[in-house]
Amino acid sequence: MSLQDEILSSSEVLDFRGSTLRSLDDIKELEDGPEGLNAFLAVAEPEDLEACGQGPLEGVMVALKDNICTKRLPTTCGSRILKGYRSPYEATAVQRLRQAGALIAGKTNLDEFGMGSSTENSAFGPTLNPVDRSLVPGGSSGGSAAAVAAGYVRMALGSDTGGSVRQPAAFCGVVGIKPTYGRISRYGLIAFASSLDQIGTIGATVLEASLLLEVVSGHDTRDSTSAEKPVPRYRDAAVQSIKGMVVGIPTEYFPEQLDPPVRALLDEACERLVAAGAEGRPVSLPHTEFAIPCYYVLATAEASSNLARYDGVRFGARLPAEGLDRMYELTRGKFGAEVKRRIMLGTYVLSSGYYDAYYGTAQRTRASIAHDFTTAFNEVDVLFTPTSPTPAFPLGERVLDPVAMYLSDVFTVTANLAGIPGLSVPIGTVGGLPLGGQLLGPWWGESHIIAAAGALEASYGEDT
Amino acid sequence: MNWEAVIGVEIHVKLKSEYKLFCNDRAVFGDEPNTHICPVCMGLPGALPVLNPEAVGLALRTALAFGCTIHFESVWARKSYFYPDLPKGYQITQFEHPLATKGSVTFSGSEDDISVSIRRVHIEEDAGKLLHDKVPRASAIDLNRAGTALVEIVTEPDLRTAADVRLFLGELKQTLEYIGASNCNMEEGDLRVDANVSVRRPGSSRLGNKTEIKNVNSFSGVERALSMEISRQIATLDAGSVVGQQTLLWDDHREELRKMRSKEESHDYRYFPEPDLSPVRVTQEQVTTVLESLPELPRDRCSRFKEVYELKDYDAEVLTQSAANADYFEELVGIQIDPHVAAKWVTGPLQAVMNQRREDAETVPVRPAKIAALIGLIERGVVSESAAKSVLVILVQEGGSPSDIIEARGLMQERDIGQLTSWVTEVLAKHSEEVARYRGGESKILGYLVGQVMHSSGGTADPRLVRDLLIEQLSNEQGQ
Ligand SMILES: [Zn+2]
Repeated sequence: MSLQDEILSSSEVLDFRGSTLRSLDDIKELEDGPEGLNAFLAVAEPEDLEACGQGPLEGVMVALKDNICTKRLPTTCGSRILKGYRSPYEATAVQRLRQAGALIAGKTNLDEFGMGSSTENSAFGPTLNPVDRSLVPGGSSGGSAAAVAAGYVRMALGSDTGGSVRQPAAFCGVVGIKPTYGRISRYGLIAFASSLDQIGTIGATVLEASLLLEVVSGHDTRDSTSAEKPVPRYRDAAVQSIKGMVVGIPTEYFPEQLDPPVRALLDEACERLVAAGAEGRPVSLPHTEFAIPCYYVLATAEASSNLARYDGVRFGARLPAEGLDRMYELTRGKFGAEVKRRIMLGTYVLSSGYYDAYYGTAQRTRASIAHDFTTAFNEVDVLFTPTSPTPAFPLGERVLDPVAMYLSDVFTVTANLAGIPGLSVPIGTVGGLPLGGQLLGPWWGESHIIAAAGALEASYGEDT
Repeated sequence: MNWEAVIGVEIHVKLKSEYKLFCNDRAVFGDEPNTHICPVCMGLPGALPVLNPEAVGLALRTALAFGCTIHFESVWARKSYFYPDLPKGYQITQFEHPLATKGSVTFSGSEDDISVSIRRVHIEEDAGKLLHDKVPRASAIDLNRAGTALVEIVTEPDLRTAADVRLFLGELKQTLEYIGASNCNMEEGDLRVDANVSVRRPGSSRLGNKTEIKNVNSFSGVERALSMEISRQIATLDAGSVVGQQTLLWDDHREELRKMRSKEESHDYRYFPEPDLSPVRVTQEQVTTVLESLPELPRDRCSRFKEVYELKDYDAEVLTQSAANADYFEELVGIQIDPHVAAKWVTGPLQAVMNQRREDAETVPVRPAKIAALIGLIERGVVSESAAKSVLVILVQEGGSPSDIIEARGLMQERDIGQLTSWVTEVLAKHSEEVARYRGGESKILGYLVGQVMHSSGGTADPRLVRDLLIEQLSNEQGQ
């Protein structure tokens, strides 16, 4: 039995038909019960499981973040403005999943339009962290990460604009991959910030997240930003040796303020990489400190434009009113507070007279951050950093402090700004809470970071 | 005191592209509302634009026809504003880095030739259309037009009179049709014009406050709107007041300019680079290919026709108004038809037939070789010119060969002297008054008499012989 078969057969959902249908019921029962996590916004009915192709995911249930368009299930983006919205078409990534034999288990909760780091910004209530129900699961793909961590499904798709796959994966103790910009088609992924958004994969193991990545990757003529690059067998990379791999440790990602226990786990992970045959080397990414402001200027600018289409005219919610302007105001008033905040910020930074000071400066900073990585990857194969400065935080703790919330993205936004792939893998627990280590690779370097993550996962696995 | 107007125009041209700019819907006019729409042009969540290269090719033709500098990389931008006919809440256009800049158009102005500089040519998508008469007490939206490909052509403020603006637009339209970039169908709104205008003292280099006139879709409308606005500005200045910067909407039905509400014009479009599309890349090779494929432009062709074929100004202008007519003419000349004869046929009988059938020289079923054969038969005296026009009509309706038609219908030219003489005698007998006038020295009346004989013969008589016979008989009977 190959490792892949072994892992897939260990999944209780693999036995198609009987067990799958029972699993859908299980999910519903668990979600509706006292232990419910509010991870799902919609769970598929058996009749929604369309006939599918024969491929590496045959009979495997996959959950989708609810900003990925599906025809049979609603797509809400966690927003009242899209409540009950049914897309007339299906995202390319979903088509690829079904061609590979996967079954769409349901749609998972998220921060409204992907805007947030805790899934508390969903119009349909927060998702709870299955590790500790008083904590956030991270976000914005919190529903997908929680669904995998709780064992509802073994794999899920999320989207990652500034860390939205990697950070919840870290908070819930699972594996999350944000691939290179252009690796997975964005057709049918509802845009938050188009130049930063990528669909990402979440799996219970490195192998599962990698297999899922392999299935949904590849060029799509319907997305001009998707790349015409062949897709390697990422599942093979998950078990590849990392002997001789050079792992860079960027000093800017290990600030003094890191808690000593967090720091200790990170050091241990480095040692394990070295023990697996890698060589560690300190590097510097000098523009890191500008990443958060740069990210929030660009992301909100693009968001203000991407969310203009929710105007009540063609689809979604419409609040009737006398006159067009009033209709716009009332309808768009249905956005949540964080979405409104970002639309206003984005509108401001793009307005005439401010454009160059904000957007122009941010674009130049983005180029400097990308250049830092290019320089670093001339010397090293991958970079190792924390995914987030802390493990999962309590529900409600940062809701009223948006800046503290924004700062929790400090280690993840750089990969989106530079377009490079990033991955979060569990590296132990702090006070019982999972901590994630992040691996960053050069453009199209998914195989390297998957191999490094696979080596770490194997090393921790040997302990038990 | 004298005033001089300073006018610049922006023209939105619908490209003759089969598909929309960023999706696979066909770009057609006049179909049932919302029958050519998809997630992309409806702006549905998650849909993404993909560039249609055909539209770039047509825009490139346009820019090169006006002698513009092509930028090898041009960048898409989003122009944001809320309006129900704009599905995404932004229009995809080009802003900081357009496809092309710095061209020029020369045309015959009302007095002299005028050269107008083209500031820029860029590509953008069109919006949909609001329908105010489909649903009671509500507006409906037709998105068939949303996302169709336009080029916007912006001139420098080089124009001085409303009449010249109209002539300039005529030249522009003709060129766009010539190069196949647009159908330029005015009724379908293929050309829409905005103009900005200010007045100043002649010779002054300072510009006055300008106003912008929007929403004009006929050339005569542009001329009228500008004349009206120029008069208004002059009257304002003569009265010692100041012209306020403002935007005016032209109402074609009422023939009046309406001031836009200040809120309508206070747009901050918040342009920024479109992240869903890569820049448009054009290669030198592409530019060369397009340049080689561009036809001779109307103005150049007109001059050449006058020079090479020695045509009169009027004939050369009429012939070159459409590329198809000019091609047809040159094909005739190519098969050894005298240019003057060819020009006469194309602008005369053939044009009459095309007008009647609403066809152009490209589609009219009688091709140049047949007309050439027909002209040959006239020259050999087989058929009279007037009979030949009837032959042309039959050729168009039924096809066949000119000589067969002439034979089958008995349209051969009558050259039998006995028959001709009897017609001539008959006509002279009937028109004693005209005969007397001719003899009284009014020699021009001969043409009338020839016409009468031709009429008696049903157009078959050889007019040269008729003429000779008439002169002979009129002088023979002189003494009686
Ligand atoms: Zn379309």
